[in-house]
Amino acid sequence: MGVGIEARRLNAWFGSHQALFDVSMDMAANHVTAIIGPSGCGKSTFIRCLNRMHETVPGARVEGTVRLGELQVYNGTPAVEVRRRIGMVFQKPNPFPTMSIYDNVAAGLKLNGLRNRRQLDEIVERTLRLAALWDEVKDQLRKQSGASLSGGQQQRLCIARALAVEPEVLLMDEPASALDPISTGKIEELIFQLKASYTVVIVTHNMQQAARVADLTGFFLLGRLIEFERTQKIFTTPSDKRTEDYITGRFG
Amino acid sequence: MRSSYWRRLLADRMATAAAAAAAVLVIAPLVAVFGYLVYRGASSITWAFLTQAPKPVGESGGGMGNAIAGSGIILLIASAIGVPLGIGAGIYLAEYGRRGFGNFIRFTADVLNGVPSIVVGIAVYALVVVVQHHFSAVSAGIALGIMMIPTVTRSTEEVLLMVPNSIREAGLGLGIPRWRTTVSIVLRSAISGVITGVMLAFARVAGETAPLLFTAFGNQYWNWNPNQPTAALPLQIFVYAISPYDEWHRQAWAGALVLIILIVGTVGMVRLAASRGLLKGTS
Repeated sequence: MGVGIEARRLNAWFGSHQALFDVSMDMAANHVTAIIGPSGCGKSTFIRCLNRMHETVPGARVEGTVRLGELQVYNGTPAVEVRRRIGMVFQKPNPFPTMSIYDNVAAGLKLNGLRNRRQLDEIVERTLRLAALWDEVKDQLRKQSGASLSGGQQQRLCIARALAVEPEVLLMDEPASALDPISTGKIEELIFQLKASYTVVIVTHNMQQAARVADLTGFFLLGRLIEFERTQKIFTTPSDKRTEDYITGRFG
Repeated sequence: MRSSYWRRLLADRMATAAAAAAAVLVIAPLVAVFGYLVYRGASSITWAFLTQAPKPVGESGGGMGNAIAGSGIILLIASAIGVPLGIGAGIYLAEYGRRGFGNFIRFTADVLNGVPSIVVGIAVYALVVVVQHHFSAVSAGIALGIMMIPTVTRSTEEVLLMVPNSIREAGLGLGIPRWRTTVSIVLRSAISGVITGVMLAFARVAGETAPLLFTAFGNQYWNWNPNQPTAALPLQIFVYAISPYDEWHRQAWAGALVLIILIVGTVGMVRLAASRGLLKGTS
């Protein structure tokens, strides 16, 4: 089951440049939360703060609190544990180039010490099925490299890889922006199914996509959370003028 | 219309021909050297040459078997020192030390790369041979190993930097610790480039003669003890080549041919093994 995430007064910097200002946001368990906003508004930075990927950039810094259920994401919890429980899918599909499809999916488990072959086989099959990729790759699992798949397949492979470590939350940073409409459709369908078992947070440039997949939508502008509401409300009757300007295409 | 088409076609053909000519010029010296070695040395390569130690002057026969074995021992020791240290330093430079202390290491490696091999030999002579009071394969291995380090370091660093950052992020994002991501994902993605660098360093030191003069020293007899003076192919070639005896000259040519074949053979075999995935691990 998914667990909710709660961000409180989150501030983030790249060196001396502040990218997030006092962002507080509750992402409900087993819901899809979309984050929209123009380029450079801090939406990627925000989700990268949730699983502590932000701090892997030299000079980057975070203040504020994030809670995953009872777990404090900052304040002493090891980053590796946070990242195991909050999985991430990146904008560009990034399968490990020298590994087979099987090894790609199993990488997170194997490199964290799971050696049981039967257990691995079972998880690889289950997550590939979940990511709707199993039927396309089941005969090539060990023979074919992850990098030899098409872009859309690679992204679903990356989703399977993220799910294999059994996280409670899945963060997706524009997961379909590098894909064609058919692959995008598959990913969106997948997101819809995933929320039964996971909490999903998705950053997207595509407002139709947010409208299609998300239960809740947050609008970011210049590092601030401007409005956070049920998706339907935000796209029909936004309460902030700036949100309305953005979704009606007046800027951004 | 038509004339511009022919002009472009001509320009294209000329550029292709120029590139092909350059490629031939690059290969030509290699073919020439190898061909001449075969011409001068092939007839002297016999089973006895490959398996026997030298005979005293005046007696015919004998060979360089002990020198071939000695070179093998020395290069094994050198690789055991140079490869792990070089790869380790390369990982540090690419993944952790991109500035500050890293720049100091980078500079040091480049300087070490430029140090003449005979100077490395003298340094090891002073620090190891003199202290131990005898020449040895170990001291020779140390000298050659030191010479391998900068090449391996810089080439490892370069190929690791070519691994896209998104691959590192993918590993970290799965909750894999940084060191594990570096070794099992980043290094593994770049392993063929790392191996190329190692082979380059290996081939370079395998033919080194100067540092062996006062470390391995040479030996006319069989010796398997790495703590004793040891024969080595380049040394033996050097000694035989400057000798006044025709028989020794012939053997020097044969030794040079064997040395080249061994280097090319080793590099080729390692590359073949790497491309077949033997070194990528089965995990």
